Amino acid sequence: MKEEYTAAIVHNQRRHKKRFHKDDLELTLLAAPTFIWYVLFCFLPMFGVIIAFKNFSFQAGMGFIHNVFTSPWSGLKNFEFFFKSNDAWLITRNTIGYNLIFIILNVAVPVTLAILINQLRSRWVAKAAQTAMLMPYFMSWVVITYFVSAFMNYDLGLFNQILRYFGMENLQWYAEKKYWPFILIFLSTWKMAGYSMMIYLATITGMDASLYEAAHIDGASRWQQIRYITLPLLKPVMIMMFILAVGRIFNSDFGLFYQVPKGSPSLYEVTETFDVYIYRALTGSVNISRPSAAAFIQSVAGCITILIANGIVRKLDKDSAII
Amino acid sequence: MHTRTIKSLKSDKLNRISGSANLILSTLFALLALICVVPLILVVTISISSERSLYEFGYRFIPKELSLEAYRFLWNNRAMLLQSMKVTLIVTVGGTILGLFLTTSMGYVLSRKEYKLRNFFTWIVFIPMIFNGGLISTYFINKTVLNLGDSLWALILPLLVSSFNVVICKTFFMTTVPDSVVESAKIDGASQIRIYFRIVLPISLPLLATIALFLIFGYWNDWWQALLYIGEPNLKPLQSLLMSIERNIEYIAKYSALLGGSQTELLSQLPRESFRMAIAVAIILPVSLAYPFFQRYFISGLTVGAVKG
Repeated sequence: MKEEYTAAIVHNQRRHKKRFHKDDLELTLLAAPTFIWYVLFCFLPMFGVIIAFKNFSFQAGMGFIHNVFTSPWSGLKNFEFFFKSNDAWLITRNTIGYNLIFIILNVAVPVTLAILINQLRSRWVAKAAQTAMLMPYFMSWVVITYFVSAFMNYDLGLFNQILRYFGMENLQWYAEKKYWPFILIFLSTWKMAGYSMMIYLATITGMDASLYEAAHIDGASRWQQIRYITLPLLKPVMIMMFILAVGRIFNSDFGLFYQVPKGSPSLYEVTETFDVYIYRALTGSVNISRPSAAAFIQSVAGCITILIANGIVRKLDKDSAII
Repeated sequence: MHTRTIKSLKSDKLNRISGSANLILSTLFALLALICVVPLILVVTISISSERSLYEFGYRFIPKELSLEAYRFLWNNRAMLLQSMKVTLIVTVGGTILGLFLTTSMGYVLSRKEYKLRNFFTWIVFIPMIFNGGLISTYFINKTVLNLGDSLWALILPLLVSSFNVVICKTFFMTTVPDSVVESAKIDGASQIRIYFRIVLPISLPLLATIALFLIFGYWNDWWQALLYIGEPNLKPLQSLLMSIERNIEYIAKYSALLGGSQTELLSQLPRESFRMAIAVAIILPVSLAYPFFQRYFISGLTVGAVKG
């Protein structure tokens, strides 16, 4: 029986030497629908980035691709226009600035929380806390907009009630740009921390418990156990999350930066990011050729940063690179 | 054997944090948990407060005066909510089933080491993870080339596949579906398509649950696609309805008037503040009640996803 099986495998392997046999055909058929999806929804739009180099004007009824090909080339004019506008500095500063803070917080906070929650004696407390802390992750930004307005509503909101209680003036929360960087950073951490904590926690609980036992018997303190066992074991996951986050450094969460502040014009300076800028351009009646320079930077620069980040990680520690 | 268990239990106990440290940590996490759920509680209590007490005392954690007026109004004007619910359900169910098929089939194909085009398809899946066409060209392609404006397809198709999910599937199939099972089915003359449907999918139910959950929550919470492609009120999903009401509470009156009511009369009865929150609660509730039960599938997905494939 066993010999028969081996013979069949050998036979199978021989058949593999042929160029494209039945198996490959069937697998190609199976992959075809998803492949078509990728072509239509991912690869087709990729060619659209060339409108950044065109003087694009959209004529209805002709189709986008036709319009792209017939629009005249404009060289780097769109980029010139974009970089000369005040927006360029503002949205680059906001997008990258917020993301740098998010990247640091979204690694530091969840790792700390995961290590701490793993120390809790009561599994029941740990489970309940995890469930509660995961809640924000499942709420959409539209729903969070409602949460935020329950606190920041001018007449009825909780924050102004507190201010009044202490005899202070009501604040127009949606017009006070000095508070919003903190509000946005808090909300982003609030929404994501529980979820990221779960990722790290899953890695920690998957570790070999005997490592800690051995360390304990050898007299390692709790801090030493964390420093020399937990953190090194978490490193690959941390690096993966870091690279992915760096690759999205030119992207921003539209819901957070546009929905939550209700698109308030007075908050423009602290909430305008690449995505908000492009969305405004797309829905406004402005020439879309110019914002397409911003869109190009977002796509191409994002791609380059992820490759660079991965390259640096590969130099430092070959096994941790993701590509 | 027996002594070893006792010993490891003992050392486990020894290795635990001190009672006071445990108390501090427990308090910290109780506090964090509270911060995470407090806004939800506030929204619920606002929705069951009477409109008068809201205007007098503002939003409160403990309602000064209870009232179900907002829910009554919501029930009397439920046509709009039900229509949006229908849209969300169709999109979520349709998108999840289609998405599951597209994601797992590609995942399976990529997990076959001997497949000739494996490298090619790996690149097809990988490239979109680091590069995309950006909002402007995606929008125009979807709207003008694929003609998705104002249709349910605009809500379903663009979100069907995520490369991240495909990689999770590939890793799962490579690590948990034994090659020998596939090989012996092939020897028995089964085609790859048959193997995928009849053997691989049935033994991968935990994976299907995980991917299905990612898709379900993605579709349920999506408002971005509707914001870009949907203008028709009848095609608005729940999240998009919530957004319209947030921008303009009169939206509900306008919509109900379309269905044959008097707009001014409705507006005069509308308990604005509590109603706003009541409709939010109606939309949040299913998710916040459901997710604790499915949490472990999420976590298993995260663990598989963290493994490099």
